[in-house]
Amino acid sequence: MHISEGVLTAPILVTGAVTAVSGVAVGLKSMKDCQIPKVAIVTAALFVAALIHVPLGPTSVHLVLNGIAGIILGWQVFPAFLVALVLQLLLFQFGGLTVLGVNVVLMATPAIICYYLFKSVFNLSRQQDSTYLLGGAAFICGGLAIVISTLIMAGVLMLAEDSFLQLARVIIVSHLPVLVIEAVLSMLVVVFLLRVKPQLLEEF
Amino acid sequence: MMINQEFAEGSTWVHKLDPRLKILMVVMLAIIVAVGESMPMLIQAVLLASFFIVAAKLSWKKVLKRLLVINFFIFGIWIFIPFTYPGTALFYLGPLTASYEGVIYALRITLRSNAIMLAMIALLSTSEMTSLLQAMKQLYIPEKLIYLFFFVYRYIHVIADEFSTLHNSVLNRGFKPRTNLHSYRTYAYLVGMLLIKSYDRSNRVYQAMLARGFKGKLYIRDNFSISVSDLLVFSATVVLISWFIMIEVGLIII
Repeated sequence: MHISEGVLTAPILVTGAVTAVSGVAVGLKSMKDCQIPKVAIVTAALFVAALIHVPLGPTSVHLVLNGIAGIILGWQVFPAFLVALVLQLLLFQFGGLTVLGVNVVLMATPAIICYYLFKSVFNLSRQQDSTYLLGGAAFICGGLAIVISTLIMAGVLMLAEDSFLQLARVIIVSHLPVLVIEAVLSMLVVVFLLRVKPQLLEEF
Repeated sequence: MMINQEFAEGSTWVHKLDPRLKILMVVMLAIIVAVGESMPMLIQAVLLASFFIVAAKLSWKKVLKRLLVINFFIFGIWIFIPFTYPGTALFYLGPLTASYEGVIYALRITLRSNAIMLAMIALLSTSEMTSLLQAMKQLYIPEKLIYLFFFVYRYIHVIADEFSTLHNSVLNRGFKPRTNLHSYRTYAYLVGMLLIKSYDRSNRVYQAMLARGFKGKLYIRDNFSISVSDLLVFSATVVLISWFIMIEVGLIII
């Protein structure tokens, strides 16, 4: 999910950049040297996974997975998305250079919210076997991440220009199916990870 | 995967330009173009960016293919903005009225995105990713971020291969993607397996790095030198960008 170049106004671009830089700074500060390969390779996996197209009726949608990214990476998700978006920009010409900050905020803010949400449920459920509870939390996180990202995108577009209202509506409606798919996929991925390799969810 | 560096192969002066200067030039140009409103300025910016493309002798066919992605998004803007932007009527389409101001607004967005993308393709895609990382390091981007970038870039290819192995094995077992829970579960397990394999790989990579004496520092070769012609190109670009700024603030009226 991203906004293209040349659409937003200077105040929004600057606000986005400043917010993104602060988030990246927090992420980098909390990232120990020994974690760099781990964060990087998981980021690469999420980058590749986001290229998967999942069938949906007659069309297909590609995965976003920022909920899962937040759950696994925590605050490292800011530097991770910055790197991923720069690579998307250089390799596929997705997004844009001046909107990089806004796009990082758009992807990483919901991820951080999911991180705290999932972490609190995780700590709550340490005692008993709670695959269902954590699966449910992941379901909510996956959907919520898309909701927040879409709302930020629509809001930012409308701040830039009032007549984007119609476009913003279309964006919100077209992300409803994505929301459902992300919620289901996030739940299934987290349940799978809990069964096969729970350390992955505890590490960061 | 379409990850390649085909534009980086070449020997024109654009390719040989110092990557640090290239990054600075792209950033300066992107900023003035992204916030600029003046139509003559935007047109000249597109021309400047196209000039770099021509000078780098890149194939227009491939460049246009890359521009297709952003213009697909811009197409969405053209569908809405002329009809929702208030202003004097330009033409009618059934019950809808397209405003003159709306068309100008959409045109401005089109010029902006294309100018910046052309400049990025001409200046950044003509350098190897490793040179760009070196240049970023010298431009005071935090080292940790550069290591992270380096590792992600290094492993995307590996992980993409891993994914296609997993994907092929699923397809070989007769999996047909459809809109049902079974398909979604299969995709979720694919993603989960990819994450686990990557996580395990990262542990092996880190242990291999420690075994080779890694002490929390990567040594990136930095042997750039700015030649006289590099400086000349850079100054010319700075002059042109100042010219753009003067047009933008209305000091010069064309």
